[in-house]
Amino acid sequence: MSTQITVADEVPARTRDHYTIVKAKHPGRWASAVLILAVFAVLLQSVFTNPRFGWGTVGKYLRDVSIINGIGVTLMLTVVCMAIGVVIGVVLAVMRLSLNPVVRTAAFGYVNFFRGTPVLVQLLFWYNLAALYPLISFGIPGVALNANQLITPIFAAILGLGLNQGAYMSEIVRAGILSVDNGQLEAAGALGINRLHTLRRIILPQAMRVIIPPTGNETIGMLKTTALVSVISVPELLYSSQIIYARTFQTIPLLIVASLWYIVVTSVLSVGQYYLERRYAKGGQRNLPLTPLQRITLFFNTHDRLARKGGKL
Amino acid sequence: MSATASQPLLSQSATPMVRADGIEKNYGKLQVLNGIDLEVQAGEVVCLIGPSGSGKSTFLRCINHLEGIDGGRMWVDGKVMGYDIKGTRLHEQKDSEVCRNRTGIGMVFQHFNLFPHMSVLENLMEAPRLVLKQKRSIVRERALKLLDAVGLADKADAFPRQLSGGQQQRVAIARALCMEPKLMLFDEPTSALDPELVGEVLKVIKDLAQSGMTMVVVTHEMNFARDVADRVVFMADGVIVEQGPARDVITNPQHPRTKAFLASVL
Ligand SMILES: Nc1ncnc2c1ncn2[C@@H]1O[C@H](COP(=O)(O)OP(=O)(O)OP(=O)(O)O)[C@@H](O)[C@H]1O
Ligand SMILES: [Mg+2]
Repeated sequence: MSTQITVADEVPARTRDHYTIVKAKHPGRWASAVLILAVFAVLLQSVFTNPRFGWGTVGKYLRDVSIINGIGVTLMLTVVCMAIGVVIGVVLAVMRLSLNPVVRTAAFGYVNFFRGTPVLVQLLFWYNLAALYPLISFGIPGVALNANQLITPIFAAILGLGLNQGAYMSEIVRAGILSVDNGQLEAAGALGINRLHTLRRIILPQAMRVIIPPTGNETIGMLKTTALVSVISVPELLYSSQIIYARTFQTIPLLIVASLWYIVVTSVLSVGQYYLERRYAKGGQRNLPLTPLQRITLFFNTHDRLARKGGKL
Repeated sequence: MSATASQPLLSQSATPMVRADGIEKNYGKLQVLNGIDLEVQAGEVVCLIGPSGSGKSTFLRCINHLEGIDGGRMWVDGKVMGYDIKGTRLHEQKDSEVCRNRTGIGMVFQHFNLFPHMSVLENLMEAPRLVLKQKRSIVRERALKLLDAVGLADKADAFPRQLSGGQQQRVAIARALCMEPKLMLFDEPTSALDPELVGEVLKVIKDLAQSGMTMVVVTHEMNFARDVADRVVFMADGVIVEQGPARDVITNPQHPRTKAFLASVL
């Protein structure tokens, strides 16, 4: 046999040579970058020179009281409807995994109904519920509530968005539950932990890793979907702007005001989502992915080092 | 009920820890267990061996009713698993009752199945707290003692993913023992381990056997079976082909199938 066993001491020191590294040239990258910047400059110029954008008006209304109140209503709707959606979603997801076929089918029917109809139509339905059931008694004799007084626009909005969100959340939660290894169920069962406890203590905490990222997306989606409830005159961000421009006819500036605020809030939510995901990734990975800041630092560190040494290795 | 239950000194007449009576199990058309009869006495260590697919895991899972059975009867510590006897009828038990019956039976899996979102100590304490509703301080003390016994006293606060396979399996054994079971089931506890980690896990199981625990162990480790088991049971195609004292079956098998199997694994 010619193969020799070498131990670490005998390994020769790594050979070093004196070649200089010449970076590859990428003319295509430069061309595309220049093109994009040019288009961007033209766009920017028109945005700031076209008086119809009405930037003065935008500045004036950006911190208007009714706009700020509108943001409050939008945020409240987002939080409340997502909370309702998550609760309904978990319940439906568990129902869909039930051994009882009636329970399973009922949950499937719910999801199918709410996903199968536009949420705008659902909102109008809830808003007009009084036409369908003028008196609501909840099946309790002696109770007869006037539906017109009970179903305020805000109540209809919460019902409509929350119930609809529940259908979408149930799919997300179900995927999360199914992602947990079957061995976990068996281990819990063998320890005598019953099904409900297993779900709460063993399965759901592990499902969170799969549930959190799409739920973040859904929250951002919900924030924008709340604009729909302007059709049933709930004074959220969009409707508050509409009220103003109905009076002043400054339609475009006020739509810009609303858009700017939507962008600000969704950006904040995106950052929150990013760090939440990192937190929940801990269960599965030994090393967390780098944050954008860490990545930028790393990029400059490595690349600067190369440059400083004159490209010699 | 006869008087036998109150005479524990006569081991022949005492209730066996496990009594399998013509156990049958099928998955659709596939008949996996074809009438298994087996008794395991208290304090006995039984090793189940046999070729892949012979139904060893399935049988083990029937003992604690992780799998329902399609024929026969399984008794553990004098109780029918999965059913309540009322007169001449057997009533299927509800989930909560099945779970209660399982608390006396510990099980260790090939792939450990530790709870990854809980620390080692939490893994041990979860079931005693949740199922047996024991006090935190009592469970904690017992858990730490068990971790010490399996040589992992310093890992109480670690998470499963931070441990080696051998360490994880020792935690899994400690977790099962923390329920203070009367019977322990092992399903190939060392098959998923790197060769150099097998020894540390087998040692823990060996110590447990010597402490008098009743155990049923599915294993491919013939040396372990020969040294530790009181009895070896050879299964093939869903039936017990041969059984007897460990040394006899492994060093001097009688049935041609046992001979062929042992020749292939030794
Ligand atoms: N859930 C299931 N559905 C269908 N078939 C199954 C199921 N579980 C096991 N089987 C089949 O039952 C037979 C016995 O399986 P079992 O796991 O008990 O074998 P085993 O003796 O433990 O084998 P191994 O040594 O490979 O673990 C196999 O043919 C297997 O394919
Ligand atoms: Mg098996």
